[in-house]
Amino acid sequence: MDSWRKNPLVFWVLNLSPSAWLILFFIVPLTLVWVLSFGEKRGLLEVAITGTFDNYARALQPLYLEIFWKSIWMAGLATIACLIAGYPVAFAIAFAPDRWKPFLLLALMVPFWINILIRTYALIAVFRTRGYVNFTLEWFWDQANGLLTLLGLGGYQLIGARYEPLELLYNNFAVNMGIVYAFFPFMVLPLYANIEKLDRSYMEASLDLGAGHWRTFFSVVFPLTWHGALSGIIIVFIPALGAFFIPDLLGGTDSQLIGNVIERQFKSANDWPFGAALSFLLMYITFGALALRALVAGRNRGLDV
Amino acid sequence: MPQSNTSTPAARPTSLESGVGRARRRPALGPLDYTRRWWLRLIVALTFLLLYAPILTLVAFSFNDSRRNIVWRGFTFKYYEKAWNNDSLIDAFANSLSIAVISTVISTILGVLVAIFLWRFRFPGKAVYEGFMALPIVIPEICMGVAMMAFFARVGWPNDLPWPLSLSSITIAHIAFSFPFVAIIVRARLVGFNRELEDAAKDLGASEWRTMCDIVLPYLKPGIVAGALIAFTLSLDDFVITFFTAGPKTITLPVKIFSMVRFSVTPEVNAASTVLILITVIATALAMRFQALARGTKDGRG
Repeated sequence: MDSWRKNPLVFWVLNLSPSAWLILFFIVPLTLVWVLSFGEKRGLLEVAITGTFDNYARALQPLYLEIFWKSIWMAGLATIACLIAGYPVAFAIAFAPDRWKPFLLLALMVPFWINILIRTYALIAVFRTRGYVNFTLEWFWDQANGLLTLLGLGGYQLIGARYEPLELLYNNFAVNMGIVYAFFPFMVLPLYANIEKLDRSYMEASLDLGAGHWRTFFSVVFPLTWHGALSGIIIVFIPALGAFFIPDLLGGTDSQLIGNVIERQFKSANDWPFGAALSFLLMYITFGALALRALVAGRNRGLDV
Repeated sequence: MPQSNTSTPAARPTSLESGVGRARRRPALGPLDYTRRWWLRLIVALTFLLLYAPILTLVAFSFNDSRRNIVWRGFTFKYYEKAWNNDSLIDAFANSLSIAVISTVISTILGVLVAIFLWRFRFPGKAVYEGFMALPIVIPEICMGVAMMAFFARVGWPNDLPWPLSLSSITIAHIAFSFPFVAIIVRARLVGFNRELEDAAKDLGASEWRTMCDIVLPYLKPGIVAGALIAFTLSLDDFVITFFTAGPKTITLPVKIFSMVRFSVTPEVNAASTVLILITVIATALAMRFQALARGTKDGRG
C-alpha cells in the first residue's frame, strides 16, 4: 500500500468522483433530513428550521413510544423465530457431506435473491382464508372427521360441524411470519459460517463424557458459536425494524410499525420534520445495535489473542 | 429424540464393530452424523418447503386459467399476454430496465475506482472513509429513501424532463446505494493481486494509465462483471428507496407491483412477478459464477 503523498494525482483521480457522489447524493441528503428533524411545519410544503426539539418530544409521546416499542418487539420476536429455526438448518448444512454443501447453501440463497416485495406478496396466497395453510388444516379436519364417523361418533360433532378456516392474514402473526420469511437466510449464513469453523472435537468430548445432544448444544455449541448468532440477530433485526411494506401488505389495522409511521409522515400526512425525527431515531437504534456488535466482537477478539 | 440413545459412549464402539462384521451398506450412526438423523432431516426439509412453496405457488398461478387464483383450472399464457398489453406495466418495466442499465454502468465505474483507491493508498482518516462508504449498506432502507425524497424536493430537482432524464433522480439514488456493494466485490478480487506485476509494467516504461488498463483491469475482470451483475439486480429489485424517489410518472416495476397488490391480487401480478424473478435469479446466478471464477484464479496471474 502506498502513502497518498507518493502519487497525489492518481490519489485524487481515483477518489474524486466516488467521494463526490457519496457526499452529494448520500451524506448531504442524510444531513438534510437531520436538519429537517429540528424544523417546524409551516404550510403545505414549507418547513422552517427553528432548532426545536418538539419533533423528538412528540416522537417520545406514549402513542409513538408504543409504536416504537411494538416495532422492537415484533422485530425481536421475528429475530428469535429466525434464530430458533436457523440453528438446526445451519447445523445441518455445516455437518452435511462436502458434496452436498454447495447445493444446500445455494438452495438457501436462491429464494433470497428474489425481490423481497414479491416474496411478501407470495405469502398472501399461503395465509389467506382460502390459502394453503387452511387447505392443509381442512384436509386434516376431513380425515379426523372421517375417522370419527368410522368410529360411530359422527353424530356428536366433536370437532365442530364443519371446518372453520383460521384467520391468518391481516394481523400481527402474518407480519411476524412475513419478517421471518423475508430475512431468514440473513440468520442462517453467519450461523453456518461459525458452526463450520467450530472444532468438532469439543462436541465429541462432550458427547463422550455423557452429555446428551441438548446439553452439548447449550453448554458447548452455543457458547462457541453465539458470535454468529449475534451477527445474524443484528442483520435480521435492523431491516425488520424499518420494513414498512410487510405490515402494509400482511398486517391489519393494528400492525403499524415505525416504518409505516415514517412512510405516512413523508407521503400522506406530509409532516416531514416529524418523519425526519422518527427516521433519525430509527437510525440511532440501528447504530446502537451495530455498536453493540462491534463492542462484543472487539472484546471477544481481545480474549482470543 | 429416540436416535440419541444409539450414540451413548458405550454403544458407539460396538455399533461400529457390528457394522463392519455384518458388512452393512452404511456404517452405524456416529455421534456427529447430524445430517443422518431423521429429525434434523425433517426440520431441513420443512424449512426448504416453507421457503420455496410460496414462490413456486406464485409462479404456478401465473399460468393458472382462473382469475381467483385458488384452484388449478388448467395451463394458460393469457395473463402474460394481459401483462404484456398492460401499458402502465410495460412502462414500469421499461423504466426499471433503463434505470438498472444506467445505474449499473455508473456504479460499476465508481465501485471499481473506490476499490482500487482503498486497496492502493493509505491516508489519514482511512477508517472513517471506509465507514462512510459502508453507510449506504448498513442504514435502514427507509431512512435512505426519505433522505433522497427530501433531498430531491429541496434542491428542486426537475421531474418533468423528457423520458430518460425523468428517471434521473431514481437512478442517482440507486447508484448511491449500489456502488459501495460493487466496491466490496471488486476489493475482494484485488486482495489476490500480485503488485509485482504492476511494478514490472512500470519498470518497463508503462504509464500509470497503461498499467491500469493493461494489467490491473484485465485481472479484475471477473470481479467487475460480478459487481456489475449485483448492481443490476440491486437496482432492478429495489422497492423501498424507489418508492420514495419515484414520481407519479416514473414508476418502476416493483413499485407498480406494490400498487397492484394493494389494489387486488390478480394472476397478472403473478405474471409480472415471475418475469422479475426470472431476470434477477439469472443475473445473480451469473454473478455468483463470476465471483467463484474470481476466487479460483486468485494467484496474481489470472
